[in-house]
Amino acid sequence: MAAPPPSREPGKLGRYLTGAVFLAPALFMLGVWMVYPAVYTIVRSFFGPTGFFGTWVGIDNYKSLFTTSTLTTAIKNNAIWVAVVPAFVTAVGLIFAVLTERVRWSVAFKTAVFLPMAISAFATGVTWRIMYQQDPGLGAINALGKTVSGIVSPAGVLPSALPSTPNLVPKNGGLVLKTPVHPGGVALLGLTGIAPTAMPGGAKQAVTPPAKPGAIVGTVWRDFKPGGGKPGVVETGELGLPRVTVELESSTGKTVQSTRSADDGSFTFSNVPPGTYNAGVGASTFAKPFGGYAWLGPNLITPSLLIAYIWIWAGFAMVVIAAGLSAMSREVLEAARTDGASEWQTFRRVTVPLLAPVLSVVFVTMIINVLKVFDIVYALAPQSAYQNANVLALAMYFTAFQGAGNFGIGSAIAVFLFLLVVPVLLLNIRRFRREV
Amino acid sequence: MKRQWVVVLALVIVASVAFAAVRVSSSSAGARQTSVNKAVSGTITFDGIWTASSGQKQFQDVINAFQKLYPKVHVNYKPVGNDLPTVLATAVAGGHPPDMADIAQPGTVKQFATEGKLKPITYASSVIGKNFAPAWKKLGTFDGKLYALVFKAANKSVVWYNVPAFKTAGVSPPTTFSQLLKDAQTIKASGTPAYSIGGADGWTLTDMFENIYLRTFGAAKYDALSAHKIKWTDKSVTTALKTMAKIVGDTSNIYGGTSGALQYGFNDSVTNAFASPAKAAMVFEADFVGGVITSSTKAKPKTGFNTFTWPSITPGPDAGAVEIAGDLFVTFRDNPAIEAFVKYLATPQAAEIWARQGGFGTGNHNVPASVYPDPITKATEAPILTAKSVVFDMSDNQPPAFGSTSGQGEWGLFQQFLRNPKNISGVQKKLESAAAAAYKK
Repeated sequence: MAAPPPSREPGKLGRYLTGAVFLAPALFMLGVWMVYPAVYTIVRSFFGPTGFFGTWVGIDNYKSLFTTSTLTTAIKNNAIWVAVVPAFVTAVGLIFAVLTERVRWSVAFKTAVFLPMAISAFATGVTWRIMYQQDPGLGAINALGKTVSGIVSPAGVLPSALPSTPNLVPKNGGLVLKTPVHPGGVALLGLTGIAPTAMPGGAKQAVTPPAKPGAIVGTVWRDFKPGGGKPGVVETGELGLPRVTVELESSTGKTVQSTRSADDGSFTFSNVPPGTYNAGVGASTFAKPFGGYAWLGPNLITPSLLIAYIWIWAGFAMVVIAAGLSAMSREVLEAARTDGASEWQTFRRVTVPLLAPVLSVVFVTMIINVLKVFDIVYALAPQSAYQNANVLALAMYFTAFQGAGNFGIGSAIAVFLFLLVVPVLLLNIRRFRREV
Repeated sequence: MKRQWVVVLALVIVASVAFAAVRVSSSSAGARQTSVNKAVSGTITFDGIWTASSGQKQFQDVINAFQKLYPKVHVNYKPVGNDLPTVLATAVAGGHPPDMADIAQPGTVKQFATEGKLKPITYASSVIGKNFAPAWKKLGTFDGKLYALVFKAANKSVVWYNVPAFKTAGVSPPTTFSQLLKDAQTIKASGTPAYSIGGADGWTLTDMFENIYLRTFGAAKYDALSAHKIKWTDKSVTTALKTMAKIVGDTSNIYGGTSGALQYGFNDSVTNAFASPAKAAMVFEADFVGGVITSSTKAKPKTGFNTFTWPSITPGPDAGAVEIAGDLFVTFRDNPAIEAFVKYLATPQAAEIWARQGGFGTGNHNVPASVYPDPITKATEAPILTAKSVVFDMSDNQPPAFGSTSGQGEWGLFQQFLRNPKNISGVQKKLESAAAAAYKK
């Protein structure tokens, strides 16, 4: 273990050798993990679906990239992502950074905005998926919508009710008996589709009141008993629907009287002048509760994903921009203010131009991130919306590894994705050089 | 001279005794294996789908019992989980597959077999023949060679219903499809949607279609469609889709409507139907629904949930056909240890170990029904053995690119069909072009 004689300088070759020895582990790693897979992927993209190589297919894989509908959707969606996310993230980050400079609890606020960065994208996807659920009983966002709409337009007492016979037809959101009634007549309004647990309290056995001259009487009841019963006939075991608003329309369609049913479902319109009338139940009884928006449905899935993604990355943008902001010289800002520039002018003409290098770092980083987006789509979108939410990285995974097992097209997608990232990378590298 | 004769005679006697002994032992292997064999040794790596929460313990019990008989063989089970097809495809492409694996898709087995990655299990042919009906051997045969043992089978021709919901509506389990539709209307009138559909998982929809197709046209035509010998634009597919639209088109009778159904996965569809009070009355899915009910809801067998066989649509010779899904055990290598394990797995004693613990069906007719732990399991597993014909899940049978890729191919297109059940011919065209592309490969 003797140390080399200090007097002897290693020769040129020796220096190279030492260098090579020190570089070897890094080069080995780089070769195994980066160079070899990259080269293999590029070569593989010109071969058929299976096997280590498969058969030579030329550029067929690249052709199918632009002819298969699932892949073109992915390309289109990636374009939307690139168009929307970097701009929004940078803008939101800028706003947060500038505003937090002036608030008292800026550290707490910044921590809160930055927090999503600390959560894995997969966990974020799962969380947002739950928040986006259409059922207002499950999804937080639709629950909020339900609360608001509950105040604006409250749900009716029998939202799920359906007519029991074809004689009861929908009209303006309510139900109307097609057969006209005259004073002295009886109107039977049978409803089904009401779960026993959803029955209004205090309901009693339905009864048909006796006909009265000069009056129109009737029953509104749950026209169902186990097995179905006879539709349109009041039977034993069928309950009346209490406190339902029943309306009487004249032949011109004008509501002339309205009343509420008793516990046994019976109602009476007294002092009805001779003529032809239609009895029915008003729309407010059937007003459906807010059913929620299909955030995870085919039309809204991409916007939903974008919102969740911006939520994650806004904190990152804010922190980077805030750092740039704190490094900015205050004198310039103060000079602008002294010269009489308004806050907006200062922001627009001084702050933003001075921050431009930082903003472009955020912007470019986001473009690269967004091109590669995978995990949040995989975790957030339900399988039924994959077609509509598809992005290149996800399409690559499904094509190469899931089921399809087409390594050829999968590699082609990967190469295509790489080609998209390259210009942005070059831009980044050029800027690094300039800064050095 | 005389001595030579004695030697020859002795040899003949020894040989025939030995032969007889071999024959005795091989014939007894059909039913039970009891003798301990120390001659065979080795390690077997096995990649399976079952994880700690889904049957790893049960399968390990099977392995342990085997290792008692073959103390010098060690089986190394790796619980890969649902990523198994991905892991396996990558391992095979890389040239380092495990010794054995469990594959749920015959389409994948066929692909591996055609590529020459699998070893035939012809050596187990007679054991399988003794314990399984010929149909099961057929399910494991690809390109004329026996490659797979269907170790575990799930009855997919089952409908699960919420007993209180049926009671409230006053209906009893239907036996025919028209009765099913009539009951569904009665259930709707009683205030509960009849159907709970887990449309976020495309396979729940293909399963429904497959049962309808099987019940309408029988096993032979079903297998032809499976093999893409009948095109998806065929009239029979139109008929089956029209029948299916009677269920999925009855939007107000589906819990959550169409758009809700597309967001509920299989598990959600089960928990919705067996919640208390019921949110829906029926789930069209396989015997494994039972496991989800018992683990995620409070419903109790018989009083809370029960099953009926998929109602018949066209009465005919195939009325008793059963659609199954199953685990196909395949081998990537061949040695005495693997041979011994495969043969053991085909015996009733191997199947019984798991069957006794529930959540297990088998085509092994030497497994007595008495081993099933509860009446509902018995009811769902018995038809697998008594069925006039057994067909394999169609989407699993097809090239995975078409039959089993999330959001694409058959799964994705049936989700489109659920979204718009009126566009039958449009969906048929898309199905056909996707199938054609996948089969061309």
